[in-house]
Amino acid sequence: MNTLLWTALPYVTLALLVGGTAWRYRYDKFGWTTRSSQLYESRLLRIGSPLFHFGLLVVIIGHIIGLVIPESWTDAIGVSHDAYHIQALVLGAIAGFSTLTGIAILIYRRRTTGPVFMATTRNDKAMYVVLVAAIVTGLATTLIGAGVVGEEHNYRETVSVWFRSLFTLNPDVDAMAAAPASFQIHTLAGLLLIVSIPFTRLVHAFSAPVGYLFRPYIVYRSRDAGRPRSRSGSSRH
Amino acid sequence: MTVDDPNHTTGAGGAGSRPIGRCMAQVAMVMNLDKCIGCHTCSVTCKQAWTNRPGTEYVWFNNVETRPGQGYPRTYQDQERWRGGWERVNRRGRGRLRLKGGGRLRKLFTIFSNPKMPSIQDYYEPWTYDYETLINAPLSDQMPVAQPRSLISGDPMKIEWSANWDDNLAGGPDLVADDPVLKKISDDVKLEFEQTFMFYLPRICEHCINPSCVASCPSGAMYKRSEDGIVLVDQDRCRGWRMCVSGCPYKKVYFNHRTGKAEKCTLCYPRIEVGLPTVCSETCVGRLRYLGLILYDADRVLEAASVEDPKDLYEAQLDIMLDPHDPAVIEAARRDGIADDWITAAQRSPVYKLAKDYRVALPLHPEYRTMPMVWYIPPLSPVVDRIRDTGHDAEDAGNLFGAIEALRIPISYLAELFTAGDPAPVDAVLRKLAAMRSYMRDVNLGKDTRPEIPANVGMTEESLHAMYRLLAIAKYEDRYVIPAAHQETGRQLEELSCSLDYDGGPGMYVTGSGPFGEASGQPSPVSVETFHALRVRQTTDTPAGPDNKDQRLNLLNWDGQGRPEGLFPDNEERRDG
Repeated sequence: MNTLLWTALPYVTLALLVGGTAWRYRYDKFGWTTRSSQLYESRLLRIGSPLFHFGLLVVIIGHIIGLVIPESWTDAIGVSHDAYHIQALVLGAIAGFSTLTGIAILIYRRRTTGPVFMATTRNDKAMYVVLVAAIVTGLATTLIGAGVVGEEHNYRETVSVWFRSLFTLNPDVDAMAAAPASFQIHTLAGLLLIVSIPFTRLVHAFSAPVGYLFRPYIVYRSRDAGRPRSRSGSSRH
Repeated sequence: MTVDDPNHTTGAGGAGSRPIGRCMAQVAMVMNLDKCIGCHTCSVTCKQAWTNRPGTEYVWFNNVETRPGQGYPRTYQDQERWRGGWERVNRRGRGRLRLKGGGRLRKLFTIFSNPKMPSIQDYYEPWTYDYETLINAPLSDQMPVAQPRSLISGDPMKIEWSANWDDNLAGGPDLVADDPVLKKISDDVKLEFEQTFMFYLPRICEHCINPSCVASCPSGAMYKRSEDGIVLVDQDRCRGWRMCVSGCPYKKVYFNHRTGKAEKCTLCYPRIEVGLPTVCSETCVGRLRYLGLILYDADRVLEAASVEDPKDLYEAQLDIMLDPHDPAVIEAARRDGIADDWITAAQRSPVYKLAKDYRVALPLHPEYRTMPMVWYIPPLSPVVDRIRDTGHDAEDAGNLFGAIEALRIPISYLAELFTAGDPAPVDAVLRKLAAMRSYMRDVNLGKDTRPEIPANVGMTEESLHAMYRLLAIAKYEDRYVIPAAHQETGRQLEELSCSLDYDGGPGMYVTGSGPFGEASGQPSPVSVETFHALRVRQTTDTPAGPDNKDQRLNLLNWDGQGRPEGLFPDNEERRDG
C-alpha cells in the first residue's frame, strides 16, 4: 500500500501533468485562459484575487525551500533547527492564511454574484474542492509541523527526503511512511491538485507572462506567419 | 501594374535630408463627419457581422457617439481616470514614452485584478425581453408585458444605460456635463444647452501605428500586422489578462466574457485582404468613409510619438507619413518588400490626399500618443446651421469665415478632440471646407468663380476642385482604394488561423460549453461564412444559458431561404400544446 502510494502515484501524477499539459496545449489552446470574471464584479475581486494569488506565490516558494533544500545545507550555514521552523511557521502561516482568506472571498463572490456563478462550470466546482482541500490540509500541517497543534514533526527528515528521492528515481518509501497522517493527506491532496492543473482552469498558471518583461513593446507579425499550412512558400516580391 | 513615377519632385527627397527608414504600409480610414447623420447603420451591420454572439452582447466594434456626450464606455476619454495610452516622461533629461497605466512591472503586479478595467456597467448591461410572456400569459384584463432581462445574469433588470443612451443629446445637460472633452473647455465657456451644437462621431479601432494595447498585452498575443498595419488579437495566445482593455485609450478592445479572451475591431481583414471595404464603410448610408493606404517611416514612429508638446503630435504624425510619389520613397518601399500594386494604391489613396495633401482630416486624440490611423474631417455643419438660424447667407465665404472666428465653442471642442487642444489646425480645416462650399456654389450657379477664395485658404482652384470631387461625388472605387492581399498567397486566405474564427467567433459554429468551460475544446476552423455558422448563429441570440436554445431564432439573420431550425416549434411540442 505504501509502495503504491508513495512510489507509483507521484510518477503517475507527473506523467499526467506533463502529458495532460501537452495534450491541453494541442487540443485546447483557445480554452487556455484565466477566464476572468472581473467584467462582472471587481469590488470583491480586487481584495480576494491578489490576496489569494500573492499568498499562493509565497506558499509555492515556501514549498520549494522546504522540500528541495536539504536540512544539512541550512545546518551548514548555521540556521538552527528552531530558527528554521519559526520562520517557516511565521511565513507559512501568514501566506497560508492569506491564500485561504483570498479563496474564501473568491468563492463567496463566485456563489453570490449571479453572473459569476452562472459562468462557473462543474469542472470549476470540482477544482475548488481540491484546491481548498490542499490549502486547508497544508495550513494544518504548517501548524502541526511546528508543534502549535499536536506533536511537532520535522518534515524535512521525512517528506522532503522522500520528495527529493523521487527525482533520483529511487523513491524512499520508508521516509514518507514515517510521516504523520496529516502530512500524508496533504501530500495526496497536493498530488491531486497537481494532476488537475492541465484539466482545469488552473492551467493559466503555466502562462505566467514573464516574457513580457523582456520583449519589445510593439509586436509585429506577418500575415503569413499565422498560417502554418503554407505549402507554396510564396515570397512577397 | 506600373508605379506612376512622377514628373514633379516634392522637395527632393521628400522626408528631408534623413534617409528613409523602414517603410511600412498601413490601411487607414477617413470619416467625413459633415456627412454623418447618426443613423447607426455602420454599428448595426458591424454588430451583425462580428459581435452577434454570446459573450459579446455589450460589444460594439463600431459605435456612433453624439458629441458632446459621455461616449461608450462612459467617459472613456478621461485618461486621468482610465489611464489608457502613452505619456511622455522625462528621464535623464530625455523625453521617453511610458504606458500611462504603468510599466511592465506594474502591469504584472496588478495582473490579478486590473484596477483600471471598466466594469460591465461602464459599458452597459445588455438585455433582451422576455417575449415568451406575450405568448404564454394566461387570459387576463391586462395586456401582458415583455419585461427586460439581463443578458449577463438572466434576471429581470431596469434599463438605465446603453451604448447609445445619450444619442442626440438625450438626457440633456445633466449627462452632457460629464463629457470629459467638454470639461476641459468648460472653464471659459458656459454651456447653454439650447444654443449648443451637436455632431456624430463614429468610432472604430484606430489601428494605431504606436498601439498601447499591443504594448500592454502581457502574453504578446496582440500584434500589428506588418503588411497592412491591422491590429489583431491572436485568440490562441490570449490568456485573458485584460491589460489591453485598460491600455487602449479609446477603449476599443473588449473582453469576451464567455470565452475569456480579448476581441477587437479587425478592420474586417478578410474583406480588406480581397480588396473590399470594411462592413461599416460598405454600408455607410452617408458614404462618409474613405479607405486607403499610407506609407510611413517605421523607424521614426517613436520619435514622432515622443515630441514634447502634445500640440505638435498632429504635425509629427503627418511627418512620418511618406509621400508615395517621391522616388526616394518608392525606392525605400520596394526595398522593404512593398509590392508595386501597393505603392500604386498608396499613390491613389484618398486617406493620404485628405490627411496630408489637403490637410482636412485630423487624428482623434493625438495626445494619447498612439498615432491613431482613423482620421476625421471635422464638421462644418454646426457653423453653417448657426449662420442659417440667424437668417444670414450660410454659403457666403465672408459669413462663414466670420462665424468660424466667432464660434469659439465648436472650435475649441473640436480642437480637444482632434488636435490636443490647438485650435489653429481645426480653424484651418473649417476654413477650407467653407471655402469649398462658397466656391462651388458659384460654380453651381454658373457665376464667375472667385480664385481669391481658394487662395485665401492656401489652395489652388484645381486642388479645391479635386477636393470637392473627393468629398462630394467620389465613386466607390475612389473612396475605397484597397489593394488586395498578394494574389500569390490568396489561396491561403481561406482557413486563416487568425483573429476571430474560433469557437464563439463569428466564423464558428457554437458548440456550447466545452470540457473546461465556455467555448473550450478543439476549434474547427472554417471560412467566414459557412453553412454551420449561419445556421447556428440564427439560433444563438438568446439570453445567457437558455434552456431552450434550439427553439429560438434570430430573424435578423434569416435571409428568407429555407426553414431554419427553431422557426416553428418542433412537432412534439406542438402536440403537447
